[in-house]
Amino acid sequence: MKKSRIDKFLPVFSTASIIGLWYLVRAIMPEEQHFLLPAPHQILQAFHDKGPALWAAALNTGRGALLGFSSAVLLSFLLALFLSLSPRIRASFYPHLMVLQMTPIIILAPILILWVGAGLKSVVIITFLICFFPMVVNTTQGLVSTDANLVDFFRMCNASKRQEILWLRVPAALPYFFTGLRIAATLAPIGAIVGDLYAGNAAGGQGGLGFLTIVYSSQFQMGALFATALVSCALGFVFVGVVLVFSWLGLRKWHESYRKDA
Amino acid sequence: MTAMSASDSVPPPLVRFTDIVKRFGEKPPVIDGISLTAERGDFISLIGPSGCGKSTVLKLMSGLLPITSGEIVVDGMKPVDAREELFYVFQEPTLLPWLTVRANVELPLKIRGRLAAERAAVADKNLSLVGLTERADFYPRELSGGQKMRVSIARALSMSPELLLMDEPFGALDEMTRDHLNEELLAIRQQHAWTAFFVTHSVAEAVFLSNRIIVLSANPGRIHTEVKVDLPYPRTEETRLSAEYQRLVAEVSRLLRSVERLKNAA
Repeated sequence: MKKSRIDKFLPVFSTASIIGLWYLVRAIMPEEQHFLLPAPHQILQAFHDKGPALWAAALNTGRGALLGFSSAVLLSFLLALFLSLSPRIRASFYPHLMVLQMTPIIILAPILILWVGAGLKSVVIITFLICFFPMVVNTTQGLVSTDANLVDFFRMCNASKRQEILWLRVPAALPYFFTGLRIAATLAPIGAIVGDLYAGNAAGGQGGLGFLTIVYSSQFQMGALFATALVSCALGFVFVGVVLVFSWLGLRKWHESYRKDA
Repeated sequence: MTAMSASDSVPPPLVRFTDIVKRFGEKPPVIDGISLTAERGDFISLIGPSGCGKSTVLKLMSGLLPITSGEIVVDGMKPVDAREELFYVFQEPTLLPWLTVRANVELPLKIRGRLAAERAAVADKNLSLVGLTERADFYPRELSGGQKMRVSIARALSMSPELLLMDEPFGALDEMTRDHLNEELLAIRQQHAWTAFFVTHSVAEAVFLSNRIIVLSANPGRIHTEVKVDLPYPRTEETRLSAEYQRLVAEVSRLLRSVERLKNAA
């Protein structure tokens, strides 16, 4: 379906309306409460004023998120391969995984920091934990959902277990893997920021967006807080965007979800 | 022609079933005492009501399922050891969607460690046999149902099997496509007359393809009757117009109905 010209401009119109409404609300608010809702131009001003600090914090958080995310991808894949080997193995390990997943990371964070100390290390571990489970669950699901007829076909060819895993189960699991990857990509910056809220403090010059949030909120710098939120949002888009590109590269040629006429 | 002959002049049958029983767990047997032999070059269709164990017979012959009792010998070997010589064509095309048509056809050879040059030669030959040379670099999602099944057949032929087990390969296709593929299948077989076991629900298809039709009864699966089809090969669309073809279709349909009645009465 071709987008009409009006469809293309709809997001622009809606954004303009939101900004207009924003100013309207401020106009109605009593003057002494204006500091609670900085005007959009004040947020832009904060971007200008705090630019270097925001940029450095975004890089720190981005680095923590990337390290945690990539180690989670690697290790979750290996664990999923192991779990896919037999239902017995899954039955033994799944409950523990579930318990860990159900435990809120907010509560685990201080414990981890006491164990490994504040700074990048704990940020990475917290990000890792938050990304790890959706990856393991999705990839394992993919590895064990291979079409039974395809498995029979491989058996008819006298394929080795190794060939069955590498040439059949792993590629068949790719769509599931990318679903997990997409979930993990949205969680990675969140994990890094949560970690940073607790652990950024003692990191010297290494504080990230979480640490900035603490600093700005203690100083009632509302414009800077909004700017920090927007930067965090942008970081999330970067992560998801990169994953979508990889997913497109891996699936576009053969997977039904990337059919042109679909 | 005697199936049980042990004389030197008659070659041994390619496949021999001796009193095959198959049960799943503690349930009553799905197959209860099937014995039959297939000579080289036979095209045998298995037809019968659902639940007669037609597909199970193929799974037993390929070693995908273990036999409860009795014995199946394929070219003097146990089914599992005969996998170099037999191949299975599934109800679904079972192509790997992430591989091109060519790579799918080459896969059985690749799994067995054959060299790229040999694989390419075999794929070229078999793709031209099923008329899909032009589609070699396409992915399965870009093919029609009939084309996918053709690829599946080309793939099955890549190991040059002596015995082809086909489990309702054309069951999901419309009648026109099915008739067409039936003709193509026999044309392909002109090159090398592999032996076939062909499971189907379609009487017309069974008569058109086979020289022997085995009608199975259900609960438990047993051989009810065998019908010989003496229509000469090569068969073409003209064959369907012949009186003998139509008489056989009527006869097998009648047998199938009586087996259905037996099943419902039981």
